[in-house]
Amino acid sequence: MTTAIEFRDVTKCYGNVRAVDGVRLQIEAGEFFAMLGPSGSGKTTCLRLIAGFEAPDSGQILLDDNAVTALPPYERDVNTVFQDYALFPHMTVLENVAYGLRVRKVSRAEQQRRALEMLALVKLDAMAPRRPHQLSGGQRQRVSLARALINQPRVLLLDEPLGALDLKLREEMQIELKNLQRRLGITFVFVTHDQGEALSMADRIAVFDRGRIEQLDTPRGLYTRPNTAFVAKFVGGANVIEGALAQRLAGGASHDAPAFAVRAENILLGDVRNSAATDVMRCEGTIVDVQYHGAASRYQVRLSSGELLTAAAPDSIHQAHWRVDSAVSLSWSRDAVMPLQAAAASNST
Amino acid sequence: MSATAAAAHPAWLRRASTFLYCRPTFYVLLLLIPPLLWLGTVYIGSLFALLANSFYAIDEFTARIVYEPTLATFRQVITQPAHLDIIQRTLLMAVAVTIACAGIALPIAIYMARYASSRMKALFYVGITLPMWMSYLVKVYAWRLILAKQGILSWLLESIGFDRVLDAVLQLPGVGGPSLASSYLGMFVVFVYMWLPYMILPLAAALERVPESLLQASADLGARPRQTFWHVTLPLAVPGLAAGSIFTFSLTLGDYIIPSVVGAPGYFIGMMVYQQQGTAGNLPLAAAFSVVPIVLIMIYLSLAKRAGAFDAL
Ligand SMILES: Nc1ncnc2c1ncn2[C@@H]1O[C@H](COP(=O)(O)OP(=O)(O)O)[C@@H](O)[C@H]1O
Ligand SMILES: [Mg+2]
Repeated sequence: MTTAIEFRDVTKCYGNVRAVDGVRLQIEAGEFFAMLGPSGSGKTTCLRLIAGFEAPDSGQILLDDNAVTALPPYERDVNTVFQDYALFPHMTVLENVAYGLRVRKVSRAEQQRRALEMLALVKLDAMAPRRPHQLSGGQRQRVSLARALINQPRVLLLDEPLGALDLKLREEMQIELKNLQRRLGITFVFVTHDQGEALSMADRIAVFDRGRIEQLDTPRGLYTRPNTAFVAKFVGGANVIEGALAQRLAGGASHDAPAFAVRAENILLGDVRNSAATDVMRCEGTIVDVQYHGAASRYQVRLSSGELLTAAAPDSIHQAHWRVDSAVSLSWSRDAVMPLQAAAASNST
Repeated sequence: MSATAAAAHPAWLRRASTFLYCRPTFYVLLLLIPPLLWLGTVYIGSLFALLANSFYAIDEFTARIVYEPTLATFRQVITQPAHLDIIQRTLLMAVAVTIACAGIALPIAIYMARYASSRMKALFYVGITLPMWMSYLVKVYAWRLILAKQGILSWLLESIGFDRVLDAVLQLPGVGGPSLASSYLGMFVVFVYMWLPYMILPLAAALERVPESLLQASADLGARPRQTFWHVTLPLAVPGLAAGSIFTFSLTLGDYIIPSVVGAPGYFIGMMVYQQQGTAGNLPLAAAFSVVPIVLIMIYLSLAKRAGAFDAL
């Protein structure tokens, strides 16, 4: 495997905002790479740096092991699917898709043929003579995809491409995009703030927070071994337990883990009188909120020491008697404990 | 909450607003009456009254208007060589002024819409509209002084050794004359100066509506800056260019002050209208002449429409 994209300590500031702060990463050729993070965490800026719309303040960007930091966008073998699709309103769908060939002076017949081929790939060949404003959001999204793919780039950048679509369409497009990537073998860099989307589609995920990469791992790695409290909370919404409670529950067994995370679905709800086994952590509290989610319900439990934990339990009749103000015990096996690095590291800047 | 609202407004007012709210057609009609009265009666009405005159003719001997519908006056306008000359001269000037305005305005508008900081942009908007706050006549006479034989411009050109160039330009047949202030070139300069804001403002507005991401998408797909300009920026500026050129074109076609204060002795359509309805007392001919710009603008609009200038609207 070769490296398609490399960031070497890249920093980009807007005024005094560090939009991208010392990012170092390598994206393999043919990989489906996701950049995940809350809004304003610097994902779009990273894409714009790869595409060449912005130049880094410091650091280097390499495409296929060549430094491109000084190359303008039109000389990079990279194409972008924009967040707002950015279709040319004065051109037909066909002309939009053919644009990349037109500016490369490909013959008209060839432009036409390949643009129609691309449109067929995204199942929109019937829309060729229309204008972008005559299409639905999902169709525009696919035109934008076809337009970006026509130059057969080595890397495709997608900035929240599914953000504006409704849930059903989004799920369809997730599968379609993933299939397309597998078929074409192009490196995809996919920006999203939706952790479910990133987990289900990506080979690897970089989790961004305030311009820094908090963790870079496979979806399973992120989910089962989050490094920091931020990642544990952002990916899958785990309970983060720190401070005195962490000390008490760990029982001095692991002094090196001052903080840890437990997923809601790994927490067992029980009646208070249940006896404790030695290989489990246990605490008690009162239910303050119950959210019904069909297959499972999520219980918000306030511990006597004040912390709020969430437990998810499959919906069964046994648990029907747990409602708001019920006293419950929470327990989880030590295997479910995910140790975290001290949060101080990420707060220092 | 509703009690306080009720107390704040008298009952009849609330009843009236409820009445209007429930009858949107009536409400819209109420809104439309003043503009319809203005546009329909005062504006279009008087225009038609004027145009009606062009279908009469003047009696050659008595110099009285004969109130019988005839196309004789129109025939006079489009067959007499002197009249055709005037139309051609005005049309050429309008086209030249429009092209020059577009050429000067485009870079300024692109700078304003794309590159200027918000402070710089405000400065430009003030700078561009500032001349419009001043009297039209003052500006025209000021230009006459600037362009005069012993005026600032010729003095300036002389002091940097360019007076030879000016002389050579003034020697040119067609555009030249004894001085800039009495040449078609001078008139052209004043026209361009006067109408430039009317081109810049719609153009800048059109360009500001173009999202940055379209230009980035173009570069992303491999277009060099020149290609992006021709394939994306310019086509998207066309609605602004069309709007601006309607202003510059029609304002030049209809103006009679600039040609009579600055410029060569040749007549322009506006001057002809002014003279025919005033001193010459030939109202039908004046009316027929004022139809000419209307027809020319209609032709221009239909050409622009056929070229797709309004597709992006
Ligand atoms: N053109 C810009 N000018 C000023 N600040 C910007 C600009 N673009 C992004 N930022 C700032 O940089 C940070 C990262 O933005 P962005 O990369 O768009 O985040 P994301 O895509 O993750 O939501 C934000 O704080 C944002 O306000
Ligand atoms: Mg973004």
